[in-house]
Amino acid sequence: MTYDIVATISQVVSLLMFVGLFTGIVVYALWPSNGPRFDAAQRCALDLDDNHDAKRGHNAKRGRE
Amino acid sequence: MADTREGLEAFGDVLAVIAAALFALVGGIWFFGSNDPAMSFHGLLMMLASAAAGIYVMTVAFREKAAIAIGNYEPPEGYFDGPIKVTVVAAVIWGIAGFLVGVLLALQLAYPALNFDLPWISFGRLRPLHTSAVIFAFGGNVLIGTSFYVVQRTCHARLAGRWSPWFVVWGYQLFIAIAGTGYLLGITQAKEYAEPEWYADLFLTIVWVTYLLVFLGTIWRRKEPHIYVANWFYLAFIVTIAMLHLVNNAALPVSFTSPSSVILWSGVQDAMTQWWYGHNAVGFFLTAGFLGIMYYFIPKRVERPVYSYRLSIVHFWTLIFIYIWAGPHHLHYTALPDWAQTLGMTFSIMLWMPSWGGMINGLMTLSGAWDKLRTDAVVRLLVVSVAFYGMSTFEGPLMSIKAVNSLSHYTDWTIGHVHSGALGWVAMVSFGAIYCLVPWLWNRKGLYSMRLVEWHFWISTLGILLYITAMWVSGITQGLMWRAYDSLGFLQYSFIETVEAMHPYYVIRAIGGILFLSGALIMAYNVWRTIRGDEPVDIAEQPRVAAAPGLRLQPAE
Repeated sequence: MTYDIVATISQVVSLLMFVGLFTGIVVYALWPSNGPRFDAAQRCALDLDDNHDAKRGHNAKRGRE
Repeated sequence: MADTREGLEAFGDVLAVIAAALFALVGGIWFFGSNDPAMSFHGLLMMLASAAAGIYVMTVAFREKAAIAIGNYEPPEGYFDGPIKVTVVAAVIWGIAGFLVGVLLALQLAYPALNFDLPWISFGRLRPLHTSAVIFAFGGNVLIGTSFYVVQRTCHARLAGRWSPWFVVWGYQLFIAIAGTGYLLGITQAKEYAEPEWYADLFLTIVWVTYLLVFLGTIWRRKEPHIYVANWFYLAFIVTIAMLHLVNNAALPVSFTSPSSVILWSGVQDAMTQWWYGHNAVGFFLTAGFLGIMYYFIPKRVERPVYSYRLSIVHFWTLIFIYIWAGPHHLHYTALPDWAQTLGMTFSIMLWMPSWGGMINGLMTLSGAWDKLRTDAVVRLLVVSVAFYGMSTFEGPLMSIKAVNSLSHYTDWTIGHVHSGALGWVAMVSFGAIYCLVPWLWNRKGLYSMRLVEWHFWISTLGILLYITAMWVSGITQGLMWRAYDSLGFLQYSFIETVEAMHPYYVIRAIGGILFLSGALIMAYNVWRTIRGDEPVDIAEQPRVAAAPGLRLQPAE
């Protein structure tokens, strides 16, 4: 196997791998049912959601913005 | 339950003391065994630091044992913020040190006599001191501190470990001291941004692996099912830096008591490994880690969620998968195979997309709250930093194009590009995070003075603009002069003529640097007054999120 063959194979394989990875990521991120889940998760993680805080019990009453 | 916990803590104390003793032993061997005075000095530093740490651990352990015996021991609860406070103060101090050395270097370029013919402050030794101080000491402390803060808050979990977070923080400062004094004393392995020699590298490896374990341990015990995107960026930063550090610094020491070592790579492989490291230090240290700051501090400060969480996921995965291949653009027109150069260039151009996607995501988080840009100078620091991020991630791919690179490479344009990223993006986002963190960590109602933040913002922005515009003009002039031929095909300018032409721009650059340093000094004063607990002078002008979480006013209905 020559250097050129190795280089070509690795270039083609990595091209396909990247296209596959990118497609997978975009499909995962844009999958319709994931949207509300992501939004809820980030509000909880950032402590932006008052209901969430109430549920956690460390800040029972905080006015809605 | 309590017994198990106390047992575990006692075990942790014993392990910490044993570790301190081992480090002190190694330091002692270098101190007494090395023929090199600089390495001997580093051994002494390590020995003293380890001894102090060991004694401190024992004092705390005995005090707690006594408290348990008389029954008034209260186990630590809540978030673990002590180590974060150390990093915030350290970041301010190292930042000023790094900017100061930068100003001195800029002045040395404009007026070379300013090195006073002293070897310790010659340009070659001070330059790595400047780059390491701002990137690793200032930036690194901001990253360690904010990552410890963010991972606890977004996971709703206490930092893992009892002594490990302290070891990460103080061990990192010791590494900085060893690396920095090493440069001045002439110890270097001559790899750009990876100058520390093998023994400092090994010590940093231990600190960094502990850092990774603390971070993972905290994520492991999280109470939120979802791992927030900022943590993904921090994790990518920690893991990738570990990998880059180990591969690029693979070296064989001459002996256990000699500071010198031989790098395992050679020739073009060494060059490629170095720039794979070098560019990903930019990509993962100066970008991914600080994007973690962007994704936490901007939403928190403006009190609204990220513009698009979906975009943040695409941003993360595309950024980390593409960045890692961009290194070869540092080696255009060298012995590196042509296809590898083209690959580096192509991946750099592809980076436009994730970079700008991330920038748009950060900026648009303000949609509906753009007025905060006018009213809150801290938001302005954070947002302008993201704008600079967009600008320098546009410029970077442009400069990676071979035709552009043939003009820009080896000129001051590169230096200007680095500084628009480092001062405009990294430092500004860090200042924003520091201004958020100080009242939050020290439990204050707000910053000592918002007006001083305004001053800091405008002075440093002006400084950055002077700096980067001077370097654009200087770099392009330099590049054009180098490639100018006369009618007979001879070079039109001698090298020294190109150096002479740079003089006015170097003066402007030094003025820019002085302004930037002045801004940082204002910040240090403001931070000091806030930590000291002085009553804020303009609390009415500060948003409610400026206060520590427990002291915030409730938002209006």
